[in-house]
Formats: sequence, structure tokens, C-alpha cells
Amino acid sequence: MQLTGAEIVIRCLQEEKVEHVFGYPGGSVLFIYDELFKQDQIKHVLVRHEQGAVHAADAYSRSSNKIGVCMVTSGPGVTNAVTGIATAHMDSIPLVVITGQVPTAYIGQDAFQEADTVGITRPCVKHNFLVKSIDELAVTIKKAFFLASSGRPGPVLVDIPKDITTQKCDFQYPKQIAMRSYSPVVKGHAGQIKKALQILLDARRPIMYTGGGVILSEAAEKLTRLTHALGFPITQTLMGLGGFPATDKQFLGMLGMHGTYEANMAMQHADVVLAIGARFDDRVIGNPAHFGEISRKIIHIDIDPSSISKRVKVDVPIVGNVPDVIDEMLKQLSALDAKPEGKALAAWWKEIDGWRSRQCLKYRQGKEVIAPQFVVEKLYEVTGGDAFITSDVGQHQMFAAQFYKFNKPRRWINSGGLGTMGFGLPAAMGVRFANPKATVACVTGEGSIQMCIQELSTCKQFRLPIKIINLNNGYLGMVRQWQEMFHGNRYAESYVDALPDFVKLAEAYGHVGMRIDKPADVEPALREAFIKHKNDLVFLDFIIDPKANVFPMVAAGKGLSEMILSEDL
Amino acid sequence: MRHIISILIENEAGALSRVSGLFSARGYNIESLTVAPTEDASLSRMTIVSVGSDDIIEQITKQLNKLIDVVKVVDLSEAAHIERELMLVKVRATGKDREEMKRVADIFRGRIIDVTESSYVIELTGNTAKLDAFLDAIDRSLILETVRTGVCGIGRGDRILRV
Repeated sequence: MQLTGAEIVIRCLQEEKVEHVFGYPGGSVLFIYDELFKQDQIKHVLVRHEQGAVHAADAYSRSSNKIGVCMVTSGPGVTNAVTGIATAHMDSIPLVVITGQVPTAYIGQDAFQEADTVGITRPCVKHNFLVKSIDELAVTIKKAFFLASSGRPGPVLVDIPKDITTQKCDFQYPKQIAMRSYSPVVKGHAGQIKKALQILLDARRPIMYTGGGVILSEAAEKLTRLTHALGFPITQTLMGLGGFPATDKQFLGMLGMHGTYEANMAMQHADVVLAIGARFDDRVIGNPAHFGEISRKIIHIDIDPSSISKRVKVDVPIVGNVPDVIDEMLKQLSALDAKPEGKALAAWWKEIDGWRSRQCLKYRQGKEVIAPQFVVEKLYEVTGGDAFITSDVGQHQMFAAQFYKFNKPRRWINSGGLGTMGFGLPAAMGVRFANPKATVACVTGEGSIQMCIQELSTCKQFRLPIKIINLNNGYLGMVRQWQEMFHGNRYAESYVDALPDFVKLAEAYGHVGMRIDKPADVEPALREAFIKHKNDLVFLDFIIDPKANVFPMVAAGKGLSEMILSEDL
Repeated sequence: MRHIISILIENEAGALSRVSGLFSARGYNIESLTVAPTEDASLSRMTIVSVGSDDIIEQITKQLNKLIDVVKVVDLSEAAHIERELMLVKVRATGKDREEMKRVADIFRGRIIDVTESSYVIELTGNTAKLDAFLDAIDRSLILETVRTGVCGIGRGDRILRV
């Protein structure tokens, strides 16, 4: 049967079992929206800004392991979406982004709302396509879904000129797709795995260091089994939190710039590092030269060969899908019937316990001013540690990562790689669509929340009972912290003057607003929000200590063990 | 070190910009880049000459392999290979220079492929060093214009790059 291009787009999405599309209509996608209107299998979520659409689709995927789908119009629709696409790209999130384009004959003529979408997005997508003929539309969309979710995942963009959405052709959705130029490795090399195990069994001061790859590949449970089988200490990156239970005694906490003292010291002084789905980035290992001062053996499991030996030289690279590789490791381990060297390991744990006793996350909660850490701790208690927590970027993000103990994967949703302010609120929307009954909280600050605050309107339209935990210190806190520590207390443009009354603002959008400025009110307010106002969006504006800083801290360019600890210690 | 990287890539619009964009985005160096379709019109063959440490060249090949349109990548300079470059030079050819220019072109096995009363266009093929040597051998003030294709290369013997 002959279908129009617009009908084909919708049919393809239906074939892919897409349930939600986050988007914003406009001239060049009107025919597609017309077809969307005529069906009810796919629900469209109308955002208030295209950046919000991409963040929502992104967090929809992060919290569910489904592919996020968003749709925007040409020109400004696309350029507004770019921040969202780049955010997803940096964190390897599978998205399919459908963009309208001006009609084929107008391309290159500076037409109204024309932008070189493929050119603009090329550096921040896994791949992109400009559909040049109606005959290749269905197969291109199939490729987009295939590419987005296989190998190292990422956003894939399909740019569709308006004239193609009105042309007709026979529709057949390919069941499978093969691309000669693309075949990601899945199984790890058994010989390499054997070599790795030998090194691990001989290790005296081993550490496991895992990242977002564990979450993305659904390997958390297997990782937990492997970690228990080896008995090694484990630390995680900001993107990896939830990949291993944070309340388990083998967990040292997050490592890196704001990682725990014990995690950073153990990483720096380990003789063997088992890196899984992580990429040794600058916020994790600090200065690579300092890291390299101590010799250690590094085993690195990653599906992307280009992540291996990019920043640090790796001794045993294992390219493959993390759960497949861990399976093989567990299999070989039980066949070997060997245990790690017990005495050395016990001594190593003793040393780690010494580092732990520094209690690097200790903070002081007085009677007058609310400490931001206290809010996150209470949030953890009130939600039973079982909420989905989205976050923006800055101090509040680090406090959330340090103080909310994630025991399950896909519960911690934040922009780790790109560090995108404005991510948290639209992300919380995406999480709630993917998990309609879940408790969802967005830990944010008064700076970040204002970057996508228009989505409060979307939340009203779809009755999304998100709880916004606004850690309001009247500053761009992380900027202020750096200025205090490295720029002689010159707070250039980091004070946000003329803040809105967030309570009234929330109410203006039809939500519940609360302002909390006393430590004693923190827990009651949270209980009221999460229990009494279970079904409402509540904006909790916590007026916190403006001087609070995030510790420990590894200054940019410094080594992992050169931490600055809290003055309170 | 100088490396010659050969790439088989889907002959699609924008494929070249994916490769050149990768080099500029990651700060890799390109000395020359040539590209043309192969006997299979669905594939293009690209040759890139780049200079970098072993670590950087390893990253370049990995990053190239990661591009979805790239089918195969090989570092030709890892083993025996042949490289060639084509150059066209337009020179002033008047008076005694006319005869001298012909003589030097012959020595370098160049061919004169365009003749006017006052100029020649000389076609010359060889490796980069040979073309440089020719330019050094003639009087620089007589050169009106030069154009070079950049290096293309192929492995010797059994080293074959195909799908």
C-alpha cells in the first residue's frame, strides 16, 4: 500500500513500539504532526522549548533502557535542540531525533527556518541522516533505531525535508538491518579475559572502577556478583552510580573531583585497576601525569575501542559488551576455582578503612542555617532511598551524588559529560513518563532551574507530580566556590540578583510552592511534599547556607590524592 | 611520525566532512587528503597523511573506525607500500629558459602537457620528496602556479584493502 512520508514516519515509530514522543511542532513537520493526531498508539508530549524535549526523551531512556524519541521542526527547532543532543551524546544515551527540514528544492537557498541540520549536529550525534528520497525513508529510520541502541549507544538524527513527508511510496518496514560499515564487537576476547583474571587474582591492592557503561548495558546485577566474588573495593564515576549498591560495604563512594577521600586514595594507590565502562576522564583521574606517577596494571573493559588508551595507557584492553564480558569472567573464575590473595587483600582493606575513618563527607548542621547536605540526606530518608533523582549541574548535583545512596541502576539521572544546566526539570518529566508510578525528585539550584523553568507548564499539562528540591543559596554555587578557592574571592557575576519568588512562581504555573529556611522544617516539609502532596508538583525552595562548599575537592589539573578536605575536619 | 592512513568509506554525501570534521574537532593534523570513488561506485577511497605520535595515530584510526560510514581503515605506513602524488606546474618558458625547463622536466620524467608561446604546464608524478626536489631544481622565479593532489597510496603485494 502506498503511504505518504508523514504516514511512514508514524508507522515506523509504531513498528519500533515507541510509546512517547517528546516534541514541538512547526512548519516543516506539520504533515507528520497531522498523522500523529490521527492515531493514538503514540503519545506526544508537548514541551515548552525544544531543549526540554530532548532532555525529557534522554531521561526517558536513561530511566528505562528504551530509546528516547523526540521531534522538532527545522531551523530554530533544531538549534534549540542541539544542547539536548550534545548532552545525550556525551553520556552515550540512545535517542532518535526526528527533525523537519525545508523542502528539498529550497535546501541551500537560505529559506525560512532553514538550517544545515546535518552539519550543525554532526559533531554531537552518533550518526545523522538527511533523507533525500521517500524510498529511503523507512530504511533510514530503521537504521537510526539500530544505530542508536547498539554498540556504544548515542543519539541519531534523521532530517526529513517537508516535501518528502507528502510524497508517496510503498511501505515496508525492514525487520532487520545490516550495515557493512558497522558491526560492534559484543563478546570480549576470551584470551584477554583470562589474562585479566590472572592479574586480578595476583593483585595485592586492587580496585574496581566502573562507569556509565555498566548502567547503559544493564550489567549492574552481574557487576555486583563479580564484585562480591572478588571481594575487591569498588568505586564509581558520577555516571556509574547505582551500578553497585551504594550501601554495600565494598563500595567506597564516588571517585574524582568531588569523590570520597577513600575512593580517590584507593584509586591512586592501587596496584591493579579494573575499569569497566568508564573512560578515565579529567573529572575522574585528575591530572593523568600525576596518576601515572605510580605504576599499576590497568584492565579496561569497554565496548568502544576508542575509549581505551585514550587518556591512560591500558595493559589489558577488553573490547566488548560489559555484561557479556562479566559473564565470561565469572565463568572462567569459577572454572579456575581460585580466590584472590587473602592476606594482601585484608591488609589493603585495613588501609582503606584508615582512609574511611577520615569521614570526608562530614558536615555541620547548626540550628539556624540549612546545610545543603542535610537536605539531601533527609530526602534520602523520606523517599526510602528509592526515588528517581534527576539533577542539574553545580554544587547541588555533587551533594546529591555524594549523599543520596543509589542502590539501583537508572535511578540517578544527570548530565555527567556535558554538564548541562537546565537538564534536571525536563529530565524529571521524561523519567515520570517512563515510570508512571515512580517517585521523582529533581535536585537543583536556583541557577540551573531557571534555565528550563518553562517546563513547569508542561508538568501542569500532563499532571506530573515531580518534587523540585531547589537548593537556593543565591549564588551560582560551584562558580562561587571556584572563585573563592582560585580567584581571590572575586565573585564575578556569580551572585544571582533579583531572584523570583519561587513559591509564587510555582503557584502561577498551578503547582504547590514551599519555602523552607529553618533546619527543623526540612524534614516536615519533605514529608508534606512527598506524602500530603503526593499527586502534586511541589517546588520546595530551600534557603541554604550560601557559604557551603563541596568537599573533598581535587582542583583542576591536580592529582587524585591531592585533595582539599572540608575545613570542618 | 608521518603516517599514511587509507580509508574505505561509503560514497555518501557528507562522508568527507565527517572525516575532516573529526580531524579538526579532535585537533589532529592533516598534511594532505585525497578522495575519489573506487571501482565499486558505492565506496570511496580516502588517503590521509597525518603526523603524530604513535598514541595519536592509534586514536586517529580508532576514531575513524568509529565513524558509521567508514568501512575499513589501514595505516599503510605500518608495512611496505607505495605512495604517489601528482603535480601540475605552470612555468614561464621563454628564451633560454624554454629549453632548460624541458631538460629538467625530462630528467624528472615529467611531461609537458600544455604549451603556449611563453609557458609550459608540466605534469609530474612521484612521491612527495621527488616533487619537492623538482621544485627545488628549477628557478623559483619561473614558477607561475603549482597544484598538487596530495598523496595516495597502496600496500605492496598481498596487502589489499577492500570490502
